[in-house]
Amino acid sequence: MDNIAGSKSSLNWAVQLSVLALVLLWIFPTVGLLISSFRTADQISTSGWWRAMFPAEQNLVLRTAGPDETRIERDGKFVVEGNLFDGGSEAVISVWGISSKEISAYRPDEVADMGDGETIMVQANGNYTWTGSEEQISGRGQRVFATAKTPPEITLDNYKTVLISGSTTDSMAKAFFNTLTVTLPATIIPIVIAAFAAYALAWMDFRGRALLIAFVVALLVVPLQLALIPLLRLHLGIGIGKGYLGVWLAHTGFGLPLAIYLLRNYMVGLPRDIIENAKVDGATDFQIFTKIILPLSFPALASFAIFQFLWTWNDLLVAKVFLIDATGETTVMTNQIVELLGTRGGNWEILATAAFVSIAVPLFVFFAMQKYLVRGLLAGSVK
Amino acid sequence: MHPAFQGLLTILIGVGGCVGYFYLSNQFLDKVLFPPKGANAGRNINRAGMIRPWLFLFPAILALGLYLAYPVLETLRLSLTDRSQGGVFVGLANYEQMFGEPKFWEAMRNNMMWLIVVPAAATAFGLLAAQLTDRIKWGSIAKSLIFMPMAISFVGAAVIFKLVYDTRPVDQQQIGVLNAVWLSFEGGLGSVLFLQITPVIILLSFAGIVAYAGYIFVRPIFSSEEEGGGLGFIPLRLLVAAGAAYLVFLSLRSILGILTFNYPYGVPQTWLTIPFWNNFFLMVVLIWIQTGFAMVILSAAIRGIPEETIEAAIIDGANPFQIFFKIKMPQIMSTIVVVWTTITLVVLKVFDIVYAMTNGQWETQVLANYMFDKLFRANDWGVGSAAAIIIMILVSPILIWNVYSARKEMR
Repeated sequence: MDNIAGSKSSLNWAVQLSVLALVLLWIFPTVGLLISSFRTADQISTSGWWRAMFPAEQNLVLRTAGPDETRIERDGKFVVEGNLFDGGSEAVISVWGISSKEISAYRPDEVADMGDGETIMVQANGNYTWTGSEEQISGRGQRVFATAKTPPEITLDNYKTVLISGSTTDSMAKAFFNTLTVTLPATIIPIVIAAFAAYALAWMDFRGRALLIAFVVALLVVPLQLALIPLLRLHLGIGIGKGYLGVWLAHTGFGLPLAIYLLRNYMVGLPRDIIENAKVDGATDFQIFTKIILPLSFPALASFAIFQFLWTWNDLLVAKVFLIDATGETTVMTNQIVELLGTRGGNWEILATAAFVSIAVPLFVFFAMQKYLVRGLLAGSVK
Repeated sequence: MHPAFQGLLTILIGVGGCVGYFYLSNQFLDKVLFPPKGANAGRNINRAGMIRPWLFLFPAILALGLYLAYPVLETLRLSLTDRSQGGVFVGLANYEQMFGEPKFWEAMRNNMMWLIVVPAAATAFGLLAAQLTDRIKWGSIAKSLIFMPMAISFVGAAVIFKLVYDTRPVDQQQIGVLNAVWLSFEGGLGSVLFLQITPVIILLSFAGIVAYAGYIFVRPIFSSEEEGGGLGFIPLRLLVAAGAAYLVFLSLRSILGILTFNYPYGVPQTWLTIPFWNNFFLMVVLIWIQTGFAMVILSAAIRGIPEETIEAAIIDGANPFQIFFKIKMPQIMSTIVVVWTTITLVVLKVFDIVYAMTNGQWETQVLANYMFDKLFRANDWGVGSAAAIIIMILVSPILIWNVYSARKEMR
């Protein structure tokens, strides 16, 4: 369109660049979390995730091997040789020292004199030679303070810890299945109930229909905060207590207004001829609904299903109130993450991984079914 | 029994039960109660037709009534009773107690700030993204990336942004992006440009927009014969104008504050504990999530603008900015209002973000979290219900407006 009169290529470039900047700004935080979940605890706490692709400079406290078993006698002196990283690292030492006050006293290959002829030499790759008399080379290993560049490293250990280690505090596996258990019935059941109601509100004529629609529209915006105490009291009163049944019922109730509203708006738009022809041919309302309306309404059903799925999967409040009891057996992922924030606030490798496990499924659903999500959003808000 | 099987069983029972109910009740109506044959066939068909809608509606009405309508009334009742005295009627005592608490007023103040900032910022960013991505080739990819945070839970987003706001002691490397960026400012020209001039410009334009909106609202009072609109709206118009004037005053005062503020350069900040400003760091999370929503809706609205109007404007020599502000904006105004109100509703109920990030500490309390605190920590159902009613009252203008426009549309 803009190309019709006086296409402005410089403006077009500005637009492209601003969109790029906006997109980068928007995905930047999420990318940070994703990258952090693949880094080790040391790496996360010593360098920003945006440096993950570059070698990280770390201050390390290392110790030589215990001299009593490893020392060898050479030219009247005792010598311990080995690698500070036990050979298992590609780190490169840039400076090192032997006291915590002077951690950068020596460069690689220099010899540190520790007095009375005791010396230690450290190479860039961590190889060391520790030389001294019999008393000097005994007891515990010598401490070495090194500043080393460690190459970038990608690890799946965090995911192992979070998903399969079975540790009670960090494990998300149980919470994952609990969330799934909450989500599926809470997504499917409201659809069935709402579909029938939406059909009645869209295609059946009866007194009070307009009033009912207004009622549904009003309930669309009622904050669910209002429902918490009365319903919890109700659930405790009739013996459901806190548990899956309660949370399924609650999600069903809270999801219904949107479900009815979306489905009714869609069903009203279906061609009248089809339904009237079916009626003339002697079909009952029940048959019309199951054989004609339901198959035709698939896009709207899918839209709502995605909404409800995302909402129940991501929910914290309803689960906290209606599901999670004192034993914590039925904790869901969102709650687990909040608890991790409290207990392991500094352990970003666990937090980032746990959070990413919980957002991976919704992200997958989002990208796979974006078309229906957008369609549902448009039907739900543009009037 | 394992909960997963219980879940599957519930799906089967729930779906099967619903379908069975609908099928059997319809069968019962047609075959037993009012069979469309025999002597009264016509009358029976009519009667069955009167009852059938209610068969279809019954489960939904039951669930809606029990899970949404009844709780509203019950919460209202609970807010007037005292739990510790065995639920006796205490009138407005709970409200009095709540209004006497500084934490409540802090929550109210913060909620009002959320209400102004988040819908405005999310709608503005959404509009910007929608307009910019409208004509470029990879626009749909860009849109789905900006839209992506919609799928992320508030709790997940809270973790993501906690990492952004993370703070390390001075002598260590910062792992939070914000502090890393902050430490790159050292008080030179760049810092002044970014940290003083830019916010001043943003605030000035905000004040300008608000002042203009207020002016639009007030103008008809002085020229009442022109556009009409009824004199009954004068108090409302004055109210809006007063609100706008107050906002302009606030932004001018903050401009003064920014210009005189002494930035602590070189010191890593714990962003979430800086009173007042930490609210904005929390708001960023919600803006980040809601922008995608605004963008999707507004993008569809922009697509729906008739091409002829834009062509005509181009031929008349309008530049892209004029096209956007004078041709496109007025045509999508109703959609902007819908987006704005929808985000307002989300903001009023915001709970998870505050709960996960600060739990209302350091003056970041909001109403929903205040209510949760009262209900489940202080175990005070009376005050908790009163707070819920306040949220309901704040929502009700939108509720009435929605019902009004839905009814208008049905006619």
